[in-house]
Amino acid sequence: MLDSRFVDRHIRILFPLPALLFIAIMMVFPILYTFSLSFTTWNLASGMPPRFVGLNTYIEVLKEPRFWAAMGRTFYFTFLAVGCETILGMIWALILNREFFGKEGIKLLLLLPLVSTPVAIGIAWVLFYEPTIGLANWALKSLGLMPLKWIADQNTVIPSLVLVDIWQWTPMMTLIFLAGLASLSPEPYESARVDGANGWQIFWHITVPMVVPIILTGIVLRSIDAFKTYDIIYTMTNGGPGFASETLNIYAYNLSFNYFRFGHAAVVLFFLFLIVLSFSFLVNRLKDRGHG
Amino acid sequence: MDKTRLYYKLSSFSKGFLFFLLVLCILIPVVFPFLWMLDASFKTQKDITSIPPRFLISRTMENYRRVFEEQNFLRFFFNSAVVGVSATLISLALGLPAAYSIARYRQETYRFTILVARLMPGISLLLPWYLMFSRLELIDTFIALILSHILIGLPIVVWTMSSYFQSVPLEIEESALVDGVTRQRIFVNIVLPISTPGIVTATTLSFLFSWNNFMFSQVLSMENTKTLPLAVYNFVSYAEVDWGAVMAASIAIITPAIILTMIFQQYVVKGLTVGALKG
Repeated sequence: MLDSRFVDRHIRILFPLPALLFIAIMMVFPILYTFSLSFTTWNLASGMPPRFVGLNTYIEVLKEPRFWAAMGRTFYFTFLAVGCETILGMIWALILNREFFGKEGIKLLLLLPLVSTPVAIGIAWVLFYEPTIGLANWALKSLGLMPLKWIADQNTVIPSLVLVDIWQWTPMMTLIFLAGLASLSPEPYESARVDGANGWQIFWHITVPMVVPIILTGIVLRSIDAFKTYDIIYTMTNGGPGFASETLNIYAYNLSFNYFRFGHAAVVLFFLFLIVLSFSFLVNRLKDRGHG
Repeated sequence: MDKTRLYYKLSSFSKGFLFFLLVLCILIPVVFPFLWMLDASFKTQKDITSIPPRFLISRTMENYRRVFEEQNFLRFFFNSAVVGVSATLISLALGLPAAYSIARYRQETYRFTILVARLMPGISLLLPWYLMFSRLELIDTFIALILSHILIGLPIVVWTMSSYFQSVPLEIEESALVDGVTRQRIFVNIVLPISTPGIVTATTLSFLFSWNNFMFSQVLSMENTKTLPLAVYNFVSYAEVDWGAVMAASIAIITPAIILTMIFQQYVVKGLTVGALKG
């Protein structure tokens, strides 16, 4: 047994140690290993062991149009989804930001899309979008509009997937904004009212500046998650039709587990890691500013 | 006089009515897909595929029977529960002391490491894990799955709890320190008991995210340890999709998540918004 005095004195090392060891073995080591793979070419299907090729694999990946297409698509998906969710979430939060009977019940219902298993949600939306038997086209036809092919068409697949993301995550934005609005201090409002400001002025000059940091943090957190969206896209389209919905995540998965080109996959993962790391710095910066 | 009162009454009534309509505009799109899935799970294939759609027409339990008897879904429930519960418990055991130390001694580097772990896309770890675990012959074992799911739970625990511990007043701990109680005893006997709400939040979220995870099982598990999301996904990879059964399976997988959320609603909301408000 460890001496209790010893534990007491070295608590700031001993307490985080098991968690840090775990992170080191399960996260840091795998990332370094992937990094080392990125300097090799290794195709499992060829039966050859990994071969060191320097920066060659990087050059190959950077020359690959499919990589850039996936990169662009990932950002497009993220901006479109998070943009709509922010605006819609703001509107919803402003509507719900008052005391009324049944508010807790509504908050509970808002939680449902974001705690539901994405795979199940994705499959339900596949049926919804089904061109012949799906509700989506039936609704369009009932309104006298042209039916769409939704996720089966290269031009509409990303917006269709974004719509699922919006359905699933707008409630999250709403809850973040609601919590933010509830945390605002009432004093500026009272003095503004005394000074005779109208509703719009109060919203624009008092509410907006106070909630901007919360909105920003919400946007950054949501962007990271949207950037990583995998389950919904994989279950609904698996990157198709063609490669029309192949994001970086799906591309990396396909390289790893369908083509077994581990070296190339490692390079894509390296870029993905860099992007996420810069997002993390951004979150940290925002958090520091919130504390200061 | 009466006229103005009537006017006010009418205007407050119409305002209330307008508000009610606005709330409905939010609720219907949020809730409708769930009701539609639930309805479809009790329909025959013929009724599901009929156009125009008809609701609340058939009440067959056949879909659920196929899911639970023919597909033996209880086994996947069991697998998911084993992985979720073990990963969450281990995450708490590792994460609570770490979060406490990070909060008390302002270990910002550790906090940042955990943040990176929280934001890391699972796919970046999947390839090295797959290679690691196949070399150790741990593919399709609970060990590999649980280890991978701890990397879901641990960052959630540390992230939620370090900001929670920061809000615990220092005075209680200081007076105990003066009395010569060791720091680890203070943590176990004083800090943990008053932090129950935070721990409930961390536990619920950690379990939920593990329960819903699809990507890790997709590569690390096969027949022996297949978890629910993978089992549901396998349903649609057949040539002709049995929609009724798929909907029944989907309802079956989200029901535990929804029940947990209903019980711990306040905690879930706090946990999901804490990152944005306090970090």
